[in-house]
Amino acid sequence: MKLRAFAGVLAALLSAHVLADASLLNVSYDVMRDFYKDYNPAFQKAYKAKTGETVTIQQSHGGSSKQALSVANGLAADVITMNQASDIDLLATRGLIPANWSSRLPNASVPFTSTTVFLVRKGNPHKVRDWNDLAKPGVQVIIPNPKTSGNGRYTYLAAWGAGLKQPGGSEAKARALVTGIFKNVPVLDGGGRAATTTFMQRQIGDVLVTFENEAELIAREFGRGSFEIVYPPLSVLAENPVAIVDKVVDKKGSRKQAEDYLRFLWSTEGQTIAAQNYLRPQDKAVAQKFDAQFPYVKTFTVQSVFGSWAAVNQKHFADGGVFDQIYSKR
Amino acid sequence: MATLTTESRPVRYALTAVALVFLFLFLLLPLIGVFWEALHKGWQLYLSALVEPEALSAIKLTLISAAIAVPLNLVFGVAAAWAIARFEFRGKSLLTTLIDLPFAVSPVVAGLMFILLFGANTVAGSWLQDHGLQVIFAVPGIVLATVFVTFPFVARELIPLMQSQGADEEQAAIVLGASGWQTFRKVTLPNIKWGLLYGVILTNARAMGEFGAVSVVSGHIRGETNTIPLHVEILYNEYNFVGAFACASLLALLALVTLLVKSLVEWRLHRQQQASTLRTAEARMQAQAAQP
Repeated sequence: MKLRAFAGVLAALLSAHVLADASLLNVSYDVMRDFYKDYNPAFQKAYKAKTGETVTIQQSHGGSSKQALSVANGLAADVITMNQASDIDLLATRGLIPANWSSRLPNASVPFTSTTVFLVRKGNPHKVRDWNDLAKPGVQVIIPNPKTSGNGRYTYLAAWGAGLKQPGGSEAKARALVTGIFKNVPVLDGGGRAATTTFMQRQIGDVLVTFENEAELIAREFGRGSFEIVYPPLSVLAENPVAIVDKVVDKKGSRKQAEDYLRFLWSTEGQTIAAQNYLRPQDKAVAQKFDAQFPYVKTFTVQSVFGSWAAVNQKHFADGGVFDQIYSKR
Repeated sequence: MATLTTESRPVRYALTAVALVFLFLFLLLPLIGVFWEALHKGWQLYLSALVEPEALSAIKLTLISAAIAVPLNLVFGVAAAWAIARFEFRGKSLLTTLIDLPFAVSPVVAGLMFILLFGANTVAGSWLQDHGLQVIFAVPGIVLATVFVTFPFVARELIPLMQSQGADEEQAAIVLGASGWQTFRKVTLPNIKWGLLYGVILTNARAMGEFGAVSVVSGHIRGETNTIPLHVEILYNEYNFVGAFACASLLALLALVTLLVKSLVEWRLHRQQQASTLRTAEARMQAQAAQP
């Protein structure tokens, strides 16, 4: 009898998670919280108006690759919202989503983008304007570890691309430039947020290289008085892809809600919330409206310069890859 | 007053000062820092950071996992210590080593072990998922990880105590006709109760403060699978410093209370051990005196 009661309690405990209906779990990376904090209520309201149903939205935040791995290992995410396609590709290789996931939504499933910019101390004492300035002796640069953070990876690729595309640029010159920049990195933090803490709170370094939207967040949090944002002449286009996790939504029966949740990102309202959070919207009209807040930067996509993310990861960030070679030789 | 030290007075003072400065810099100052960061923007913000739904759910989950881990490990620990201290059997040293395993492996590895065991790509994990049971990235996984990392505390505390006390009193009880359960309740338990309490306090402190193993199996679902330490990390990463340090101060308070109770128990334990040595010595003397 007692045993049965215990089993009952156990079953209730185990299944409590599953029973909650019409709820979506959005697994994301840690800096996206501010955006979804504004976006979720807007979506819930629109969805209620359209269907009369209420959806609750749960969120999970952490380092991007770690989050993707958790989903691959069974974290029941209805949707995954990351900052680089390779993290979602991981789910495709594990059979949770089809390989053509990116073609299921507009703009290759990228509702908004960002780019990599420089934060320098007030007055820009080291006259940092371009990627080459980061490799100059005496300039300390804060970049998170490209092996563990999407932020660091985009920075690395932006510098590499700038090295390739400079007048007379070549593979060897790009490598020399990236090597020079990483020579100037005093601490290699694990993620974007840790790098920000190093730069802003511990006051280490002359330049922090990070996403544009993160830079704006820092300005809100720490005030604009102590630093300036410098836009390099050429940078990388950081794409933030989203996807429905088919295996989860089919089991939970939440595909309809999950699809609507992601589609709403492309609505005027969704795009406006993105722009308000300093993410560059895809919608032309919304982009026009927020024109003043996004200075023009010439950008290139990772695919256009490096082929695919799989190729990038294999060549640059795998164990013994180019990053390991240049970083161990510092 | 007789002292055992031979160093001159300035040397002694200098050494004491170094120790005190060290304690202040590395223990007291960070602790004060936590409370200062939490409170420097006012009580209002401090309290609202603690009653916010996600914080409340983190507190609740922390209490739940401690409430499951502590009793379980209390029973396991007593049983293991009893078996090891009182009986000789094959594989005893292996069992002793196994009990220490959770101390030896890094908590992160412990968490990964559960992922390897219950992950969606494993036999057990996919079977459970097909039956609608979520173990990792849900409450059960967090409880499992907590039980695992806190496993050794009670047993580790009791084994030396029970070995030093010996089995004499229990043997006497059994000779006098007590049943096994009576012996345990009336002889063993009173003898080990302070040591047991000490083990339980340590278990509880670790269960509430555990970060590494729980972080791996949590999935970080806000308001659902975050414990207080995980909640602190997330808030800190979001620049919500008041919230982060408010929750951190809760853990620090818990640590201070634990420390206080621990010292109290330690003091009682010490006295009890002295009493028991005294008792044994007396008994021996009486036995010797009784001999012709």
